[in-house]
Amino acid sequence: MKELSLYILDIAQNSIKAGAKNISIKLEIDHKKDFMKVSIEDDGCGMDDELLKKAFDPFTTTRKERKVGLGLPFFKELALQCGGDAKIRSQKGVGTYVEGTFKLSSIDLIPIGDIPSTIISLIVSNSDVDVSFEIMSDGRKFSFNTLDIKKLLNGVKITEPSVLRWLIEYLEENINCVMEV
Amino acid sequence: MKSIEELEKIRKETLEKVNLRKDRNGIRITVGMATCGIAAGARPVMMAILDELGKRNITDVVVAETGCIGMCKYEPMVDVYVPGQEKVTYIKVDENKARQIVAEHVVNGHPIKEWTISSVE
Ligand SMILES: Nc1ncnc2c1ncn2[C@@H]1O[C@H](COP(=O)(O)OP(=O)(O)O)[C@@H](O)[C@H]1O
Ligand code: FES
Ligand SMILES: [Mg+2]
Repeated sequence: MKELSLYILDIAQNSIKAGAKNISIKLEIDHKKDFMKVSIEDDGCGMDDELLKKAFDPFTTTRKERKVGLGLPFFKELALQCGGDAKIRSQKGVGTYVEGTFKLSSIDLIPIGDIPSTIISLIVSNSDVDVSFEIMSDGRKFSFNTLDIKKLLNGVKITEPSVLRWLIEYLEENINCVMEV
Repeated sequence: MKSIEELEKIRKETLEKVNLRKDRNGIRITVGMATCGIAAGARPVMMAILDELGKRNITDVVVAETGCIGMCKYEPMVDVYVPGQEKVTYIKVDENKARQIVAEHVVNGHPIKEWTISSVE
């Protein structure tokens, strides 16, 4: 995959599949420390210890449609290539936390890419799930939460095209502003 | 720069439209959003569908995701459900095809047979 935001979408789709009601995505960028951290946390069904131990193993999946699980091993491989690592914590019945770290200077690092599209895709994928997103870049910060948006919309659905169109622009402007170097 | 306060204006405008809206037509579009789907380009396909519906002011079509159906080589896949008709599954969809599926199938009611899974299987 060509963008980090696509990996984020894929990992967050695991959360949706795990029945999460809340997904929290965080992105931390620090140029001085040559460091980036991406994390995805959910309150889905979680994994038992046996599954968790082999979650990064490509032959691990609970899917019936195919025999290989792809998402988490891909993410770990990317992090390792970029001088970082990936970690996962999970508790059955509580939720799951996935984290990847990256060296910003790594030549293998791919662009962060289109975060607004990832967030909109998640909202549309399952509009009952609440998504929060936080970006911190060299001290600048932007955060977003569909719970707040739904409260403000007071009865108007978050998936209305007019709302989605506004959200895309809102996210693009604010995220670009935070990431400006 | 856009601020959250603007959302109130969007809410009011949308609410007026929602109140004028007739019954739902029950059309549903789903996009395969498992790993292979995403890797093959499902996200821009989903965004193109949303954009095309928005541009045409179509507010009564539900867009959602489907998971993996074990057919990586045909991703991105899009299903269109029209009430009273059989589900139509489109394969190897891109942004351009997605827009035409909205125009021809969803709006005009004519499925694009050459792009469906039944054209290859
Ligand atoms: N957030 C999560 N909550 C619960 N289980 C998860 C989560 N993420 C991954 N898993 C488990 O780990 C397995 C492997 O995940 P992944 O590598 O993304 O492959 P896949 O989604 O294709 O199965 C999944 O099938 C699922 O059982
Ligand atoms: S995601 Fe590849 S076969 Fe379903
Ligand atoms: Mg997965």
